[in-house]
Amino acid sequence: MTSEFDGPAGEAKATEVLASAEISRALTRIAHEIIERNKGGHDLVVLGIPTRGVPLAQRLAARLSDIDPELTTSSILGTLDVTMYRDDLHRQPPRASGQTDIPGDGIDNKVVVLVDDVLFSGRTIRAALDAIKDLGRPRSVQLATLIDRGHRELPIRSDYVGKNLPTSHSERVFVRLSEIDGLDGVFIAGGDK
Amino acid sequence: MKHLLNTADLSLEEAILLLDTTAQMAATQSREIKKLPTLRGRTVVNLFFEDSTRTRISFETAAKRLSADVINFSAKGSSVSKGESLKDTALTLDAMGADAVIIRHQASGAPHTLAHSGWLDVPVINAGDGTHQHPTQALLDAFTLRRHLGEQLVPAGELPALNNGLGKDLTGRKIAIVGDVLHSRVARSNVFLLHTLGAQVTLVAPPTLVPVGAETWPCEISYHLDEVLRDWQPDAVIMLRIQRERMGGAGGGYFPSPLEYTRNFGLDVRRMNYLADHAIVLHPGPMNRGLEISAQAADSHRSVIVEQVSNGVAVRMAALYLLLAGESQPATSDSNVKAEL
Repeated sequence: MTSEFDGPAGEAKATEVLASAEISRALTRIAHEIIERNKGGHDLVVLGIPTRGVPLAQRLAARLSDIDPELTTSSILGTLDVTMYRDDLHRQPPRASGQTDIPGDGIDNKVVVLVDDVLFSGRTIRAALDAIKDLGRPRSVQLATLIDRGHRELPIRSDYVGKNLPTSHSERVFVRLSEIDGLDGVFIAGGDK
Repeated sequence: MKHLLNTADLSLEEAILLLDTTAQMAATQSREIKKLPTLRGRTVVNLFFEDSTRTRISFETAAKRLSADVINFSAKGSSVSKGESLKDTALTLDAMGADAVIIRHQASGAPHTLAHSGWLDVPVINAGDGTHQHPTQALLDAFTLRRHLGEQLVPAGELPALNNGLGKDLTGRKIAIVGDVLHSRVARSNVFLLHTLGAQVTLVAPPTLVPVGAETWPCEISYHLDEVLRDWQPDAVIMLRIQRERMGGAGGGYFPSPLEYTRNFGLDVRRMNYLADHAIVLHPGPMNRGLEISAQAADSHRSVIVEQVSNGVAVRMAALYLLLAGESQPATSDSNVKAEL
């Protein structure tokens, strides 16, 4: 299962570590874990963090509503843009901030599940927690990530992980999703070969 | 984009980035907690050499909503009234550690001088200079236009979603700018920005209020408001204020009498009825009700004048964010910090 794939931005060959079917299975498992941990889908809100957390959140919300017929995808799905809350804005070229969409009922007293593609330093999630604080007061906040690649810089952990992927700092992990990139897959590139 | 001085310098990509960021900023302004932590610890100086209420308050609100500290400086009651030069004022601000300067000045070109003289090395935002440019006003007009006339046209009076037209320009839309073009920095800024965004612009004014050189601008010029509204069918009409304070006594001879100006160039209900269902009316404010715009027109369902004010805050937040957030810090301790997330 080591198909080669052209990496982004001049990256050399990358190795596939998760294929489409495995991503799908991981999301189905995470959906079941969310229902199990929260004893049902009551008060759930699924917020995707742009860019690739958004389609992941969509897929997760669709699976959750399949599992729990009380849920509808549109009533639990949202988007949380964290650009304005990052602590590294001054080091990066300015980017257009994304959109924040919260389901109609808001997030007060809800169980918010944040969804992102890769958990790395944890700084995106720190920004997301700050962003949530300005939108309301959820009963609890949980985190679902497709990949946990380690190297945390903050005391943050994922409640639901698709795959733990031990990496070195010099490697790059990138997730490709059909909604944005036209194909599904998780790839790893760079590092000492 | 280091400074925001002139809409003629903005590329299409920069203009669309500004408008898209504005849409996101506007979305945060309907929340219960409107403040964002983005510019925490930064200091923004409002340097106003000329009277202004809405622009200054709008910039101040925008900076505070992004958590920046704001220092207000107006020429009245400052050392400028003792004869201090712009250069010394700039050096003082630099020494105090300002991170951005917003300047309004009665002299055209003052913001350009401030930005390029080397007196201080921070982003400069032009908040109106003489009869030259007022870029944030043009951007907020463009944002208002795109929201109403973006991808889909809705009947005037309905409020489309904030992200209507997101990522798009104003290609093919027809905009009439009516009134005191001669003294208007808003008209100049709008002509160039709307042209960049692909819209067609027609200026409508009495010949005395059209500046020399306007024929070189990327727009049409007409002297007949009725013809333009009836035959050209603009999608939006931007009314300009008659700037009597710049005209000298008794209207300064630009037109015979206010009544005659109103008859020929004032927007009233009769003229508004020429417009298509979706057409909207803008005014940068402050309005002279009864002179360039009748009270009924100003309060009609086509008028988006109040919306322009709230969009103004969002536009200025976007400008401050894009100019200040990406500004690279002095390369000191960054070498061993990996900015990868």
